[in-house]
Amino acid sequence: MRQAYIYDTVRTPRGRGRKEGSLHEITSVSLAAQVLEAIRDRNALDTSVVDDAVFGCVDAVGEQGGVITRTALLRARYDHRVPGMQLNRFCASGLEACNVGAGKLMSGEADMVIAGGVASMSRVPMGSEGSAIGTDPISLLENYVLPQGVAADLLATLDGYGRHDVDAYAAESQRRAARAWSEGRFARSIVPVKDQLGMLRLDRDEHIRAETTTESLSALQPSFAQMGEMLFDATARQRYPQVEKIAHVHHAGNSAGIVDGAAAVLMGTHEAGARAGLKARGVVRAAASIGSDPSIMLSGPVPVVEKLLKAQGMTVNDIDIFELNEAFAAVVLRMMTALAVPHDRMNVNGGAIAMGHPLGATGAMLVGTALDELERADKELAVVALCVGGGMGTAALIQRV
Amino acid sequence: MKHWKIEIDSDGIALITFDMADRRINTLDAETLEEFAALVARIKADAAIRGVVLASAKAGTFCAGGDFMHLETFAGPPEPGTEAETLTRDVARLTEAQALFRSLETCGKPVACAIEGTALGGGAELVTACHYRVASDGPEAKIGLIEASLGLLPAGGGTQRLPRIVGIRAALPLLLESKIIGAAEAVKIGLVHALVPLGETVEAARNWVREHGDPVQPWDKKGYAVPGGGPYVQANSEAIAVAAALSRQRYHGNYPAQGHILTAVYEGTQLPFDAGLRIEMREFIKAARSPQARSILRTKVVSPREIRNGANRPLGIPVRRFHKAVVIGAGLMGSGIAHAQAAAGIETLLIDITQEAADKGKAHVRAALEKAIARGRSSPDAADAILARITATTDYDRVADADIVIEAVFEDRAVKAEVTRRAEAKLAPGAVLASNTSTLPITGLAAASARPESFIGLHFFSPVERMELVEIIRGERTNDATLAAAFDYVAAIRKTPIVVKDSRGFYTSRTISMYLEEPCEMLAEGIAPAIVENIGQMTGMPVGPLSLPDAIGLELPYHVLQQTRRDLGDAYVPSAADAILHKLVVEHGRHGRRNGKGFFDYAEDGKTKSLWPGLADIAKPTLTDAFDERVKTDLKNRILYRMALEAAKCLEEGVLADPREADVGATLGFSFPLWTGGPLSLIDQVGVAAFVAQCDRLADLYGERFRPGRMLREMAASGERFY
Repeated sequence: MRQAYIYDTVRTPRGRGRKEGSLHEITSVSLAAQVLEAIRDRNALDTSVVDDAVFGCVDAVGEQGGVITRTALLRARYDHRVPGMQLNRFCASGLEACNVGAGKLMSGEADMVIAGGVASMSRVPMGSEGSAIGTDPISLLENYVLPQGVAADLLATLDGYGRHDVDAYAAESQRRAARAWSEGRFARSIVPVKDQLGMLRLDRDEHIRAETTTESLSALQPSFAQMGEMLFDATARQRYPQVEKIAHVHHAGNSAGIVDGAAAVLMGTHEAGARAGLKARGVVRAAASIGSDPSIMLSGPVPVVEKLLKAQGMTVNDIDIFELNEAFAAVVLRMMTALAVPHDRMNVNGGAIAMGHPLGATGAMLVGTALDELERADKELAVVALCVGGGMGTAALIQRV
Repeated sequence: MKHWKIEIDSDGIALITFDMADRRINTLDAETLEEFAALVARIKADAAIRGVVLASAKAGTFCAGGDFMHLETFAGPPEPGTEAETLTRDVARLTEAQALFRSLETCGKPVACAIEGTALGGGAELVTACHYRVASDGPEAKIGLIEASLGLLPAGGGTQRLPRIVGIRAALPLLLESKIIGAAEAVKIGLVHALVPLGETVEAARNWVREHGDPVQPWDKKGYAVPGGGPYVQANSEAIAVAAALSRQRYHGNYPAQGHILTAVYEGTQLPFDAGLRIEMREFIKAARSPQARSILRTKVVSPREIRNGANRPLGIPVRRFHKAVVIGAGLMGSGIAHAQAAAGIETLLIDITQEAADKGKAHVRAALEKAIARGRSSPDAADAILARITATTDYDRVADADIVIEAVFEDRAVKAEVTRRAEAKLAPGAVLASNTSTLPITGLAAASARPESFIGLHFFSPVERMELVEIIRGERTNDATLAAAFDYVAAIRKTPIVVKDSRGFYTSRTISMYLEEPCEMLAEGIAPAIVENIGQMTGMPVGPLSLPDAIGLELPYHVLQQTRRDLGDAYVPSAADAILHKLVVEHGRHGRRNGKGFFDYAEDGKTKSLWPGLADIAKPTLTDAFDERVKTDLKNRILYRMALEAAKCLEEGVLADPREADVGATLGFSFPLWTGGPLSLIDQVGVAAFVAQCDRLADLYGERFRPGRMLREMAASGERFY
């Protein structure tokens, strides 16, 4: 059977996603091109063997619009015969790009692909492309659509997580991310971003606040209390009438950071890798996506991981590490409780609460993070999963080889 | 022309004045519209007409909108197989209707309107179809697209013109909440171009036509864009999301028109104007076909009018006038009744045992009026006039020349009997003796009277000055003349009467008691209290079923149940409410909001509340997840159907004689959700046979209390409806 081997993974450091952020002066095309250049150069890749490039990109408008993958390939001076596509599965776009790439390899459509993702959230703000799900009245009313932060608070309320629980989780994410950086755990994948003159622009994730503690977080005001109580909590209660009152527990310190960044994953069949002189690091064993309640929208990870594992005849105990995107602390707490995943196997090097969540790129970054950690810790199996806007979940099972 | 006047001045400006014949106000009905269409044709064709000023001859009203009496004809295909031709017919009719205002604004000549009164519904649509709007700067000019309050949407272009004039963000709340705005606000948002003093709008409109006179609407000009942009401008996208959430918060998804209005604006503003009109037309047809729209129209507009016009008043008895009325008992109810009477121009005597108590009652009226002034609902002059009509006294001698005496003293037979005797001793023959009671049988109270044939019950609702309903309770010996006089009295104080047989709980108290009984059954069954409270609100009842008894005080329903149990003896069927209220009131001393603890625990501020955790010990929650829409629907139906079944039982037992009274009484008396059109309209909406089948299913699952009675079964069998 044809398999989807992973030969290399790269990512940029994540810059703060605002005007003051280090990557604000770098276009999203340049970010994507820089990871494409890096993955080509460090693997001495003849780009003409690449059959396709699939990048996740949410908010594909303006400079991120019009199939940014193709633009980036040309910018990176890939052979002009390499096509590119962009796809959007909201927050899981980067992982879905890997899954689609794997599917192209396994089906025989392609022998070598590059998957990845890009987001310059400082330059193309979240929501720029607009969406019917958040604007069309029929969608809004029939689906009880909530702002994501209120949905996260609803999730925490349903599960009974209080402010201390989510803050403690967030502080631990910061501690782990800082430790991972100080021990060089991300070194293999990180590609410093250069400016227009080729000078170093950023070589570290700049969203991390290593000094964060549960206590320091406890001083922050909940971000979604006012809009919830004035307006959206009623919608949440009508969807989930068992909720008497929403506990508004999330804030900037226990939610994913807004950042800029890009990632790329070089994938191919066994034979194509051998022809190119590459050594496989891992393989995409399986992938899955599901739909979940569009109102709370963050509840996809548990069922999608269940679906993924069930299809493989596996249980949680078979999995060495989990990389679940830290959209909000409650999302991760739910999976740890529902699937009995011990904290020491979940997001062992921190996550988006500390380092940020560049929408279209995160999923591809997590594939690299998982593979790096499997190699560092000498483990075999990792599950990567993300919750997805509109009520979806996407996951993949990665095996080190 | 019968309803419109046209005068053309030397400048060629036609002043067209709307003056509906034989009516106090102008409305758009088939006849006035037909004449208006002829006028529009003439404006277009007549070369002598250079421009137009549109005005109204009615003081205070520009145009109160259309009548919706043809709504029934939009109900959908009359029989299976006619779907396509019915749709084609409805589309054609509406397209033709929309074309009238469209032809006005595209007639090639400038049209200005002079607004010195209310322009509502179709009237508001008419003014937005003019090229220029000038209004008088006082309180009289008002504009409102109020169709949403009838479960409909504007279909004369209102959903398209308004956002194209004021922008999507400003238009949404006006359309969705049926907001009526004054002239100052209208100028601020750009709906009205200019304000001038009352009486000068026609001249100002004429000047505009003469000097500026642009005959092209902004949206018919090249390069036009909706002010503030279309729905995908982020601020507008957010405004739509906010409007949808607000709509859910207020209307719980029970009013289909809300979604149709939002859709008409969202889809329509992305298109050229004429395409937008087609979107509006399609959304209107969907709204008009909803059973909710027809139910709302009937119970909010048609039935109250018919009832107030005396549909159930005994025939052949001359109308009684009320010049002087006496209220005995200056408490909350008594002072409210005095307020309502005085506001209707009736000289009022407010009597209590001590002068201090009587004065306190009058002070109560003053306080209510001050509140009304603060909210812009009254003026100092009007308030002074009302207060001047109320005399607070202890002197029973002064009742001698009164037309009616209403006692509103404590709910105690002995006290009421004493008051009746004292008043009667002085009262002129032929005057009406009324008792305001919500619980005591009238026939029993009438026994204290020397003239029981003139004795009648009038059950007012609190706060009396605001609540429109009065239950007229006919005692066994009350005669037709007294009943007719009661109708006349209720009409004189501008309220709406329903006639109820003298029986336990009369009609409204009996029906709303189900709003406590069924939720208690649910608690006892193990449904989590939060689910019960939230689902209750989602039916559209204004207050949750656990909050409501807390607000009125738990000992009140508890004592009513105790009294009923004593009165009925063996015939009494205990319900979960007995047990739960006993535990709360007697065992735990929880009396509701007043002592800070009831179904909820209340914080010091009296507002912040959380469900009492002890409820879990009274009944352990087993249903703690109501995400499933089928579960929600079932629970909602249980709450609504219990009230509907009780209303049907009242009709069956002759407590009420007329379904209109049941529906109007429930919606006005205890705010039964208007989207249903009332408890009996709800049964019609579901379909009697389907309702009976559903209730049988609920009875099998949850208990015999859901078993429909004989009347409903017979109606189901014969295909009969309430309307």
